[in-house]
Amino acid sequence: MTERADQTGGLAASLRRVRALIRKETRQLLRDISSITIGIVMPVTLLILFGYGINLDVKNVPVAVLMEDNSAEARGVAAAFDLSPYFSTRAVHTMNEAERMLMAADVRAIVRIPTDFARSIDLGAAEVQLIINGADANTARISLGYAQGAVGTWAAKEAARTGNAANCGIVIEPRLWFNEANDSSYFLVPGLIVLVMTLIGALLTALVMAREWERGTFEALFVTPVRSSEILLGKTVPYFLLGLVGLALCVVGSKLLFGVPLRGSLVILTVVSMLYLLVALGLGLVISSATKSQFVASQMTVLLTFLPAMMLSGFMYDPRSMPFAVQVITYVFPARYFVTLLQTLFLSGNNWSVILPNAAVLAGMAIALLTLAARLTRKRIA
Amino acid sequence: MEDRPLTLVARDLRKTFRRDTGEAVEALAGISLEVRKGALTALVGPDGAGKTTLLRLASGLVAPDSGSLEVVGLDVSAEPQAVQDRIGYMPQRFGLYEDLSVQENLDLYADLHGVTGARRAEIYPRLFEMTQLGRFKQRPAGKLSGGMKQKLGLACTLVRAPELLLLDEPTVGVDPLSRRELWEIVFKLIREDGLSVLVATSYLDEAERCAHAVLMHAGKILAEGPPAEITAKAEGCCFLVKGPQGLPARSLQARLFALPGIVDAVPEAGRVRVVRQPGQLDTALEIAGLSLDTEPVEPRFEDAFMMLFDSVAEERARVSHGTIVAGGSGPHGETVVEVHDLVRMFGDFTAVDHVSFSVRRGEVYGLLGPNGAGKSTTFRMLCGLLPATGGTLKVAGADLLRAGAKARARLGYVAQKFSLYGQLTVDENLEFFASAYGLRGSGKKDRIRALKNDFALENLSDLPSGQLPGGFKQRLALAAALLHEPDILFLDEATSGADPIARRQFWGRITALSEQGVTVIVTTHFMDEAEYCDRIIILDAGKNLAEGTPLEIRQQAAMSDETAPSMEEAFIAIVERERLKRTEKAA
Repeated sequence: MTERADQTGGLAASLRRVRALIRKETRQLLRDISSITIGIVMPVTLLILFGYGINLDVKNVPVAVLMEDNSAEARGVAAAFDLSPYFSTRAVHTMNEAERMLMAADVRAIVRIPTDFARSIDLGAAEVQLIINGADANTARISLGYAQGAVGTWAAKEAARTGNAANCGIVIEPRLWFNEANDSSYFLVPGLIVLVMTLIGALLTALVMAREWERGTFEALFVTPVRSSEILLGKTVPYFLLGLVGLALCVVGSKLLFGVPLRGSLVILTVVSMLYLLVALGLGLVISSATKSQFVASQMTVLLTFLPAMMLSGFMYDPRSMPFAVQVITYVFPARYFVTLLQTLFLSGNNWSVILPNAAVLAGMAIALLTLAARLTRKRIA
Repeated sequence: MEDRPLTLVARDLRKTFRRDTGEAVEALAGISLEVRKGALTALVGPDGAGKTTLLRLASGLVAPDSGSLEVVGLDVSAEPQAVQDRIGYMPQRFGLYEDLSVQENLDLYADLHGVTGARRAEIYPRLFEMTQLGRFKQRPAGKLSGGMKQKLGLACTLVRAPELLLLDEPTVGVDPLSRRELWEIVFKLIREDGLSVLVATSYLDEAERCAHAVLMHAGKILAEGPPAEITAKAEGCCFLVKGPQGLPARSLQARLFALPGIVDAVPEAGRVRVVRQPGQLDTALEIAGLSLDTEPVEPRFEDAFMMLFDSVAEERARVSHGTIVAGGSGPHGETVVEVHDLVRMFGDFTAVDHVSFSVRRGEVYGLLGPNGAGKSTTFRMLCGLLPATGGTLKVAGADLLRAGAKARARLGYVAQKFSLYGQLTVDENLEFFASAYGLRGSGKKDRIRALKNDFALENLSDLPSGQLPGGFKQRLALAAALLHEPDILFLDEATSGADPIARRQFWGRITALSEQGVTVIVTTHFMDEAEYCDRIIILDAGKNLAEGTPLEIRQQAAMSDETAPSMEEAFIAIVERERLKRTEKAA
């Protein structure tokens, strides 16, 4: 009897079983083309797609420049638009011509420098008229900002030259914090980590658990000395490690391909990513033990984890610009906290007042979900 | 036997499940049972008798609603893990990891059971020797044949000696040779190591070899005892009946089976074996005013099994003959399937090696062979799903691979796996297949109504077909294949996994169809089903080993000794004889 106890009870026996399950899971992972696709090919594809393909920047906006005044000052303003990388200018001679081009969508905006421009400067009330096609509100708003920037830059230069700051018509202070390069890959690429972690942690884990239920492999496995906690551990460890590989790919890729700075500490980044990974694994395990079907599990995972991570986490759209009710909802999804952490760590630095509360929420969610998964996964069928 | 200690004690076990439709199904209705150590105990009974539920309860996978269950001296409800630490359990579908190799699957279970080092070095060679899987250690489990998969599943549960081994239908879908090998392993372990085994099976010859048989029906125990004791209940009630000249055995069987006072009738070597109700023995057996020659025979376990079930079966499913309308209007005797010198290669592997045969209208023709013999490949070529590498084949006068929809519409096909849509109801499935076959309007409606009537499916119209009990699934699949009144019917292991009672019903329908001129080609792993065929062909390694009537095949296999072999013995003898010849030639 002592020999029997020796085989099944005790820490050594438990560790041996977990090791056997991890080995089995890793073998299956490496042989299953779909796991490799989700774990490795997908992150790399997303990185390239988001880094190069999706660009939220506004550059080379076509504008018509109508110069009704031909003074040196007016030419200076026009030159400011010419030299700006955000605009590509086309000189027009009448307002009619400019309006026609705007209607035909040949240009997105008209810059009109009125006849009395130079004179008005001296009076301190210079005006530059800017007419923007507002159909794409986002681009319009950004273009407006750039235009104000271009004019403001000129005005500042002019003021410096004349030594008279007070007589500039418009004084704007264009400042884009954290993204001075104003390159969207700076915030898209770190955000990608949330997508990759979600795919590996939640989707892949939910699929492989549901597969065991579907193929009936659990029935035989359950009637062995293996404990349900060991089964969970055997499932999570390989995918946890695969998640870290995905993290490494994203960090290295964003640094090398897009030059995204990592201003915070790599250690903290790794720790908070692990926390989020545990949350995702917990979600995947809970979903799969509730549905036991690969199809339903994948649908639920995409709906409950992947889409929120994409749309509601602040990865693509700033939650602060969402309606209040939606803003509240974003706090339900763990991805929201992780994206905040990622953007802080990459673009701002070790800002503890942001890191600590967000990491604490993730830790709490991880504990709750993994406990729930352990409760739900019992060695029972039907 | 009686003095052996107990390894499983059940007292008034009850378990009720709820179907998706909300209907409650009582799987176990008060089971009390004792299983003794060091012997083989068999649970037998039709589908839905509660065999699988009982085994799942014993393995701690399902909790009982009430009653007590003690396994290896422990209360399963209180300590499921402690029981699982000590028993072995092989579910109906042993969940092998198909992308892991044979060795890796075995290693996993050895690790989980804590079999390491010297003990592993000791048990592995023994397991590989018993299962003969040594040559396939590196092969992924998914690429093994059905029989080899089951043997690997058994090996995984035997990596350490379990105090009790639970086997749930271990030989379903396994060919006779692999089935015999699997049982040899189990019997060897019982004999040499004193293994205790509880097996659920619907093969009655397997139950006949156990020490103690438990007959279950509708969640209750109907009878139990040593098989010989149970068999004795049919003493004096079994006869071999010879029919009038020219009447196929299956037609005689179908008619006898429909007579009152007949418990069971099965074809056997051209004659029909009948079991009569004990009270009815004095009346002479006659059909259509013709009295028949009867010869008393010794009862088998199966005869007694059928007798016990006859007393409780609510619906004695008797197929009314002459009601199933199908095609097959042509004269009997005309050749409708002709295969000449058929060859099929996969790379440099020859799956079908110069096979020739022909089937006449209204014949029932059986393709038998072990797993991997080339039966399924031949079948696929006949149905036009796979091109032949060489030779010619004609079905209804055409090569189906090249012929259009018209020729294909003349055949019906029932696949090995249930291939109807599980989420659709019985009616929706029939509607869909009728439309797919081009039936329309009132013709379609009438045809569906007639088939539902013939197959007793009327009360199940709105049930999703995935939730039908096993026997009904087979009926629905056959009904769907008959919607368009085909001339030729292909049945690929259509009765795999069905219980003895469902199989008799199924064959009753096949007999009725053939009497109307429908040509039927079947593959099966049940050798007793070969007796329903007019002629059979035995294939192995793609080659034709024997062809003829069931009686001729038995005679071919008969050795010098007097005892006539059963169909199964004949099959095994022929295959093994040819395999021996081949290895001799190779050496």
